[in-house]
Amino acid sequence: MHIVVCVKQVPDTRIIKVNPKTNTLDRRGIPAILNPFDSHAVEAGVRLKEKYGGSVSVVSMGPPNAVKMIRKCVEIGADEGYLISDRFFAGADTLATSYALYKAFEKMLEEKPVDIIICGKQTIDGDTGQVGPGIARRLDIPPITNVIEIKEVDEKARKVIVKRKLEDGYEMIESSMPCLLTVEKDINPVSYSPLPNMIRAARYEPTIWKVDDLNDVDKKQLGLKGSPTIVAKMFAPPKLEGGKKIEGNAEQQSREIVSLLLEKPELFEKKRGGA
Amino acid sequence: MPEKFDVIVVGAGPSGTSCAYKCAKAGLKVLQIERGEYPGSKNVMGGVLYRKQMEAVIPEFWKDAPVERAIVEQRAWMLDKNSMVTTSVKNNDWEKEPCNNYTILRAKFDQWFANKAVEAGSLLINETVVLECIVEDGKVVGVRTDRPDGDVYADVVVLADGVNSLLAKKLGYHNELKPEEVALTVMEVLNLPKNVINDRFNVTDNQGVTIELFGDATKGNLGTAFIYTNKESLNLGVGTTLSSMIKAKMKPYELIEYVKNHPMVRPFIEGAESAEYLAHLIPEGGFYSMPKLYGNGVLLVGDAAQMVNGIHREGSNMAMASGTLAAETIIAAKEKGDYSEETLSSYKTAILDSFIGQDLKKYKDANHTFEEQPQYFKDYIPMINRAASSFLTVDGTSKRDKQKEAIKTFTKEKGTFTVVKDLYRAWKVMK
Amino acid sequence: MENNRGVWVYMEQKEGQIVNVSLELLGAGRKLAEKLDVPLSGVLLGDKVKHLIPTIFEYGADEVYVMDDPILKNYRTESFMKGVNYYAEKYQPEIFLFGATPNGKDLASAVATDLCTGLTADTTMLDVEVETRLLEASRPAFGGNIMATILCKKHRPQMATVRPKVMKALQPEMGRKGKIIEDSLNVKEESLRTKVLEIVKDTKKKLKLDEADIIVAGGKGLGDEKGFTLIHELAEVLGGSVGASRDVVEAGWVGHDHQIGQTGITVTPKIYFAIGISGAVQHVVGMKNSELIIAINKDPDAAIFDASTYSVIGDALEILPILIEEFRAALKQEDGELKHA
Ligand SMILES: Cc1cc2nc3c(=O)[nH]c(=O)nc-3n(C[C@H](O)[C@H](O)[C@H](O)COP(=O)(O)OP(=O)(O)OC[C@H]3O[C@@H](n4cnc5c(N)ncnc54)[C@H](O)[C@@H]3O)c2cc1C
Ligand SMILES: Cc1cc2nc3c(=O)[nH]c(=O)nc-3n(C[C@H](O)[C@H](O)[C@H](O)COP(=O)(O)OP(=O)(O)OC[C@H]3O[C@@H](n4cnc5c(N)ncnc54)[C@H](O)[C@@H]3O)c2cc1C
Ligand SMILES: Nc1ncnc2c1ncn2[C@@H]1O[C@H](COP(=O)(O)O)[C@@H](O)[C@H]1O
Repeated sequence: MHIVVCVKQVPDTRIIKVNPKTNTLDRRGIPAILNPFDSHAVEAGVRLKEKYGGSVSVVSMGPPNAVKMIRKCVEIGADEGYLISDRFFAGADTLATSYALYKAFEKMLEEKPVDIIICGKQTIDGDTGQVGPGIARRLDIPPITNVIEIKEVDEKARKVIVKRKLEDGYEMIESSMPCLLTVEKDINPVSYSPLPNMIRAARYEPTIWKVDDLNDVDKKQLGLKGSPTIVAKMFAPPKLEGGKKIEGNAEQQSREIVSLLLEKPELFEKKRGGA
Repeated sequence: MPEKFDVIVVGAGPSGTSCAYKCAKAGLKVLQIERGEYPGSKNVMGGVLYRKQMEAVIPEFWKDAPVERAIVEQRAWMLDKNSMVTTSVKNNDWEKEPCNNYTILRAKFDQWFANKAVEAGSLLINETVVLECIVEDGKVVGVRTDRPDGDVYADVVVLADGVNSLLAKKLGYHNELKPEEVALTVMEVLNLPKNVINDRFNVTDNQGVTIELFGDATKGNLGTAFIYTNKESLNLGVGTTLSSMIKAKMKPYELIEYVKNHPMVRPFIEGAESAEYLAHLIPEGGFYSMPKLYGNGVLLVGDAAQMVNGIHREGSNMAMASGTLAAETIIAAKEKGDYSEETLSSYKTAILDSFIGQDLKKYKDANHTFEEQPQYFKDYIPMINRAASSFLTVDGTSKRDKQKEAIKTFTKEKGTFTVVKDLYRAWKVMK
Repeated sequence: MENNRGVWVYMEQKEGQIVNVSLELLGAGRKLAEKLDVPLSGVLLGDKVKHLIPTIFEYGADEVYVMDDPILKNYRTESFMKGVNYYAEKYQPEIFLFGATPNGKDLASAVATDLCTGLTADTTMLDVEVETRLLEASRPAFGGNIMATILCKKHRPQMATVRPKVMKALQPEMGRKGKIIEDSLNVKEESLRTKVLEIVKDTKKKLKLDEADIIVAGGKGLGDEKGFTLIHELAEVLGGSVGASRDVVEAGWVGHDHQIGQTGITVTPKIYFAIGISGAVQHVVGMKNSELIIAINKDPDAAIFDASTYSVIGDALEILPILIEEFRAALKQEDGELKHA
């Protein structure tokens, strides 16, 4: 079985700061990391490999230094890594990204078939969760989003059964293979990689493809040019005004809160009628 | 069977990386293991990189390395509560390549440096903690990491794991550090726009300034504070020996707040945004607290071997020099095919013959002296401030009378004999 | 072929009920449609869902595109996408909005790829520039520290998924009518590659924070797990639900499903108590649309006070026990008038 995981290198937006005066992002010293959701996706792939055999590849579209992030995936247990990197890809939105990755898949498929594609739920920079379903549509395979468990893979019958998270529970879905899953963090924790993986990763050189290494690429659909959406402006979240101060000591304050709320019985209204 | 390397280097600070780089260049099979997310991620240093030692590892490194500013001015402030006496040496020649010294940010620099070793052929693994050396028949044969299947073997293990070297302690080379042997330093990286730094420190874009602060910066305790300029940030730190901190019941974060709010300091950092807060130990025991430097299959370098000149805040240079000497020892051992304790003993000789051995011997009494004689920091600096201030206050007294007055207060407060004795002692340990 | 180029809203339904966010989007869509002077349409797919059509009109739609087919019983990307694409290709909407729910996002992503157009995710502000007829979809970016406005200039429809609870539904106008457009799906079960085997509801009494009228939320300022029990107590007295900041959840004082904010739940209760919560943007985005916000914090400069209706500067550990007693007494006095669990 060949499992391919889509991974992206992202700035660690968890520590990014915004300059409140200029509304610009202070990216100084912000490290580039493997998208945290994608690390769970790679681990999910590795666990499938351990259970059913086969191999795990990762594929990414990103800058040349994303090689480091691919090595991280090898640490987790990926066997091979493919990076498509070219200035033509730069500035892509989700539509252009899924097109470029689709072209990368076509190229990979020349080497060997792909049985399951796994994507992270979303990236922490783009933060859309749209790329996965986009790739699935372009490859014309079924996408299943928000997967929290891969219950069963039946290679002979070419079927998988997965658990998909819903707002108030889950559903079991059966899908034919190949298919594309986007996985939640809950699918599995990322285990602490064994030392031999670390050593292998430190030596690993991924395959890098430029645009011209891919087949029949319509450059108009790539990068900034191929992106229908544009960021028109950035601004600070609307500033809130703040309200009335309630003064006094703890007792006075408490009493005032109570009387304020009791003055407005309509706030409790729905309670009265409903539940 | 786990893989075997020629050399395993534990730690990717300046000492470990110098060693890994040199060994890899010589064609040895090197594995470097770092516990941080990346080299430098947690490393702390005021930020003065001494050009000479770095150049000895990588010639013309400044053309490529992420250095911040070339240091053209070194200031020293003797602080009292609301006054200071300063000295400064500025030389614009220090900006001409090869510059004298540079300020650096360790997070960037260590990463760059470690990457050079990787380019030279060394393998680097991050986020992996070495737990102990694997010892077989009295010989160190590898290391055990905290990872699954975590053992890995080598002919020589280099301990470059910094001041607290747990690994050296586990081998019994090294005792628990005593509070008077280490300085506890806290440091903040304070972001400021480039032009603001240039204005406040009177420099151009690539010129840097270092300020060492004595006296009230440590509330009179044995220690110093510093402010170094980076491109778009300042490194501000303060440290005292752990023993002084304990004695004076000071908390490190209170001390750094005290420095930041000092009336002489505040204008320089006004409006700065704190980007990082770091705390670290510096080994300052000097010569007397150096551990055993080598053993069967193992060498100690840099802070792990307590190679720091506490008085002059030099450490990275000794780290690099010791790393290089260790590499030379290992390369020679490889040629002989013999990594025994005896062969490796040439490392100790090399260290003692180098400036490291000589400097550490020279200053071997400095910290002890100052530690036992708090008057240098507590009394003399305020006195100097009072004297200088009075000298420069125009109030109708003649300058000559003021001078007399000053000397009189000095000797009155302390007694002539004590002052002379103290000055002599200070001169002796520092010379 | 009719080409009305209007504003469309995908009407997500679950078990024969329209989900709230779709009604909220009709409210937001109404404003856009009026500015552009075009009709507002709802797109409804499912099995036996036609009875929902009047509701869609009542909440502001002028037209409903409906597809009713047993194959559409459960949501599946493939079948729903085919239906939605069919209508979108045939009638060419100018703007197409989806709720940012798991199914809404899934469907919108697939549809946008097939229609080869732009899709803005997790929008929290919508507007339209009348002259250029461009949809201005704004969304939080980079951990919520900044907002970005996204445009889709050359491709149509302009698509966006919109977060639940940020737009306001209109008051339903009883008896309001509109035009119904109905077509059949023409998809055979055999052609579909996915099957829903079963749907399992959380049996645990699910905490419906997003439906609560009163939420008492606590933060790190309560000191420890024990301090946090005061939050539970006040919530109980008021018949409200317990909310928390992320730091509290991470500290393990309360379960993850109580977390409010960007990575937690967005809530709009009638009363929101923010107690010992500093008011980081990531928390505030999740609660700022509450009707009445009472913040208790001992730091007079705490950011939470910018978001609050009433600011109580003081020590929560001191105020809460008194407040609990006062409420207990007051609500007992009113004798059931206000006391509803
Ligand atoms: C506040 C401060 C200011 C200073 N200012 C200066 C200055 O201006 N100029 C100067 O030259 N020197 C200065 N020094 C001293 C200088 O920083 C050190 O001497 C130098 O960094 C020593 O290098 P090293 O490689 O031996 O150790 P370190 O730089 O401490 O590196 C040790 C490395 O080993 C890693 N490590 C530790 N244990 C393990 C383990 N078990 N497994 C794996 N990895 C491990 C650590 O993460 C670290 O990366 C300063 C020190 C401090 C604290
Ligand atoms: C990408 C990202 C996503 C995030 N998502 C979320 C999210 O969904 N939800 C969320 O909540 N956070 C989220 N956060 C975290 C958020 O930034 C804050 O760290 C968090 O909300 C702080 O929690 P807190 O207010 O409880 O704690 P603190 O920031 O520690 O604040 C405690 C407050 O209590 C006050 N206080 C202390 N003692 C008392 C007392 N005795 N009486 C009264 N007041 C007292 C203090 O003045 C202080 O204001 C996210 C962060 C990131 C980067
Ligand atoms: N540039 C990229 N290269 C590879 N995979 C990507 C890329 N961008 C997004 N993905 C995948 O698509 C998922 C969703 O991304 P997003 O739509 O950006 O939130 C990610 O978790 C990745 O699995």
